Amino acid sequence: MSKKSFRQAINEALAQEMRRDHRVIVMGEDVAGGLGTPGDQDAWGGPMGVTKGLVGEFGRERVLDTPITESGFIGAAVGAAATGLRPVADLMFVDFMGVCFDQIFNQAAKFRYMFGGKAVTPVVIRTMFGAGFRAASQHSQCLYPIFTHIPGLKVAIPSNAYEAKGLLIQAIRDDDPVIFFEHKMLYDDIDEVPDEPYTIPFGEANVTREGTDLTIVAFGRMVKFANEAADLLAKQKISVTVIDPRTTSPMDYDTILESVEETGRLVVVDEAHPRCSMATDVAAFVVQDAFKHLKAPIKMVTPPHVPVPFSPALEDEYIPNTARIMAAARSVLA
Amino acid sequence: MQLNREQLLAAYRMMRTIRDFEDRVHTEFSAGGIPGFVHLYAGEEASAVGICMNLDERDKIASTHRGHGHCIAKGCDVDGMMGEIFGKSNGLCGGKGGSMHIADLSKGMMGANGIVGGGPPLICGAALTAKTLKTGGVAVAFMGDGASNQGTTMESFNLAKAWNLPVIFVVEDNGYAESTGSNWSVSGTQLGRAAGFGIPAVQVDGLDFFAIYDAAHEAVERARNGGGPSLIHGKLNRYYGHFEGDAMTYRGEGEVEMLRRDHDPLNFFRKRVTEAGLLEAAQLDEIDATVQAEIDASVVKAKGAAMPVASKLLTDVYVSY
Amino acid sequence: MSDAIKAIGMPKWGLAMTEGKVNAWLVEEGADIATGDEILEIETSKITNVFESPVSGPLRRKVAAEGETLPVGALLGVVADASVTEAEIDAFVETAKAAQAEAAAAAVPPPAPELVHAEGWTARVLTMAPEAAGALPLLLIHGFGGDYQNWQFNQPDLAIDRTVYALDLPGHGGSSKVLTGADVPGLAVAVRSALAALGVERFHVAGHSLGGAIGLQLALDEPKRVASVTLICSAGLGPEINTDYIEGFIKSDKRKDMKATVEKLFADPAFVSRDMVDDLLKYKRLDGVLPALRTIADAVFAGGHQTSVFTDRLATLDVPVQTIWGESDAIIPVAHANAVPEARRHVLAGAGHMVHIEKPSDVTRLIGEFVAFAGG
Repeated sequence: MSKKSFRQAINEALAQEMRRDHRVIVMGEDVAGGLGTPGDQDAWGGPMGVTKGLVGEFGRERVLDTPITESGFIGAAVGAAATGLRPVADLMFVDFMGVCFDQIFNQAAKFRYMFGGKAVTPVVIRTMFGAGFRAASQHSQCLYPIFTHIPGLKVAIPSNAYEAKGLLIQAIRDDDPVIFFEHKMLYDDIDEVPDEPYTIPFGEANVTREGTDLTIVAFGRMVKFANEAADLLAKQKISVTVIDPRTTSPMDYDTILESVEETGRLVVVDEAHPRCSMATDVAAFVVQDAFKHLKAPIKMVTPPHVPVPFSPALEDEYIPNTARIMAAARSVLA
Repeated sequence: MQLNREQLLAAYRMMRTIRDFEDRVHTEFSAGGIPGFVHLYAGEEASAVGICMNLDERDKIASTHRGHGHCIAKGCDVDGMMGEIFGKSNGLCGGKGGSMHIADLSKGMMGANGIVGGGPPLICGAALTAKTLKTGGVAVAFMGDGASNQGTTMESFNLAKAWNLPVIFVVEDNGYAESTGSNWSVSGTQLGRAAGFGIPAVQVDGLDFFAIYDAAHEAVERARNGGGPSLIHGKLNRYYGHFEGDAMTYRGEGEVEMLRRDHDPLNFFRKRVTEAGLLEAAQLDEIDATVQAEIDASVVKAKGAAMPVASKLLTDVYVSY
Repeated sequence: MSDAIKAIGMPKWGLAMTEGKVNAWLVEEGADIATGDEILEIETSKITNVFESPVSGPLRRKVAAEGETLPVGALLGVVADASVTEAEIDAFVETAKAAQAEAAAAAVPPPAPELVHAEGWTARVLTMAPEAAGALPLLLIHGFGGDYQNWQFNQPDLAIDRTVYALDLPGHGGSSKVLTGADVPGLAVAVRSALAALGVERFHVAGHSLGGAIGLQLALDEPKRVASVTLICSAGLGPEINTDYIEGFIKSDKRKDMKATVEKLFADPAFVSRDMVDDLLKYKRLDGVLPALRTIADAVFAGGHQTSVFTDRLATLDVPVQTIWGESDAIIPVAHANAVPEARRHVLAGAGHMVHIEKPSDVTRLIGEFVAFAGG
């Protein structure tokens, strides 16, 4: 056990799985970097340095830089997965799904069903998401609800370094296509992360705070804010349960429903756009299955229905934060 | 390239199977027995068979919406295909895929594909697997002239060349992307496009099984020996519409009749091998009769097979969930 | 500063503890307290426990407020006799707080466990007081599903007199997860190879549960090397074992199930904290842990019974043995303690299977006294 950043945790998960299974390969734009240049090899290790060092250990045959051609290489990852490799493809920013989505939702997601259960497509698509990086509208979206919408895909959203390593190893060993969402504002967050490989099962929510007055469900980076809010509320003698679903597909509704049955109050914190989001999804399920336990209307804490802005002043206003979660909590407790 | 007697018989038998299969699907569809929509490969048989005769169990193909011919040529079970097209439980995919999604990964057939241009990136992946795991396999992406305009195709050319993948791109140019002529929709030429990516390419007469077979042989050898991707541009003809029910008002007066009479790949093959004394007409006649009976039998089986039970709606989405 | 003033400081329970939260004072200001009296309830991220007074005298000042979180060593209260004035106590508190701030600035990292490469496996071992070479060392062996941290309340005090090793068994904690032998004799072989790698010849051993059976096996195999054996809620003394617990531990993969399972270990289920359950789940997720636990359980508790029972060999064993049991042990019957002479039998009230966690100072004292009695 030692302290590792979210970035290190992912790098370690990749390295350990590549050592364990020769079929695991990493591919994507600049996952090593420097190919075909007069300068350094492994120049980048991805724009955030997450895959740095892998090419040194595993070579260019297993750490494949690609041209900037998302349809081509995401499709290749899918095809490789269907024929015996276990590729981890790096879709640099999830916003780029716009230029490769067919290969994900019409191909990877559908093979098993269309082919009568005979296809296995163990591809992992790692992708960065989320606002806060002053990266504006085309590099800051969440978009995980869109992937969650598609049957045949699994969607993991780790909320800290420990979760990142365990969920990524699970994703790589999983026989279904997994979209693995990494919040770009979490890469430097540090947590206790075991040195050994471990897996966190999909579809099992993590209860990060246990309380009786209110349930908060949060995703990705929002789990951090929800925990902060819960700790502050605890000082005001408000006892809060915080649930991190970890994966939105499969989704552990049971843990949420059980908690709401106890607390009767629910706040959902989702950094994705507010329409057809995980917030609306969770709210709908709770209303359908636990309506009689609700003591107050459900509150959704989300950004407004606008693209992610560039200017720091606007972006900070856009992103849900601890204060907003606390305000929502107080309003459902009022 | 010399093919022995058995290979020639097998090639003819495969082409005949495709032809009879498609003609029969046409008839059954018209009779209302087949749900959804189907795209028929009749007239293009020499391409699928000429290419796939060069492949073995290590090799993968990705097909198109017009995929029946590729399936048969890569060894998919004909009864299973017919059952699938009828949406029956005996179908290759249990009735979940239908005509546009017939696949048999155990045969290296990675699926017909409902998305035009869906196959080339996948086949780059199959080739990457072969290269990484050193299986010696090659991967073939069939596509039409329509798909040749898709970005995925161009990206795949680039990727296959950059990664030096054992890929063969086969453009089956029947002159029509749905109802739009490739004369108009394809800028430049297929060979010129391949050249732009530094990919060796050849144009062949899609009528001529032997020309296609030879071109594929060279491309497959190149791929197996680490020489990277190739492209084969076959000019060929489809006898039926884009899909069944297409009135084909965009085609020329008497065009299809002329093609069936003067440009039929099966007639061409029959003439070549009998005139050269390689096979007897009687041998080919016998194949015609046998295949006809097999296709009849497959339709009887498909019609007699049960529909999938309702519980199958919910299975096969994930390996585990 | 008067010697009549005694400080009560925030205790350090285990390696990871850096601060504690004062949940409640259990005594009133002005009360006369004796060493060992339960005076405070303190909560850490790992555990909530009662703090027993390290000093005697009238409690003159509660410095820490209930609900306050303070670093280890922070002044919690002041004990002083009547001769000390309020002003003197004020000065004492002020000085202590200043010293605390200074200490915080110069904090040294706690000892960390190390990986020891033994024959056939890698053992994670926490060594305390390695410099105490004169006295025979003490080896602490945890039970099924545990690790060295089970001794966090005992090891530091036991290491005042001698080197104390707490190791993780094969398949446990941070040790390698590949087993060379899964039954009690096999695990004893592994422990012996770890001792060889540590350069330990003769030693005392204290084992909890499965660890007790292993300690006993070590003594039976090589009685000359073992100076004393302390068996805590130990296996090896009778066939009965609560296999529901064992199976529950292996099968629980959700927090709720694991919490309910682990609560069986304690007389007071409030000992089971979120972090304790979290840590166990995290351990169980490590590659190789589940197969290792399964293999050990199948070998050691086959068919619902303990497979290694040594009662008939104790009479001829020329090594001093004592037992310590929690009266409410729900895993191994307290009656198993009867296997050793009455004088060396200690049954502690208000404690379950994890008696060394629930009654740490008693267990530490009993081990310490017995080791001293056995000599070396």
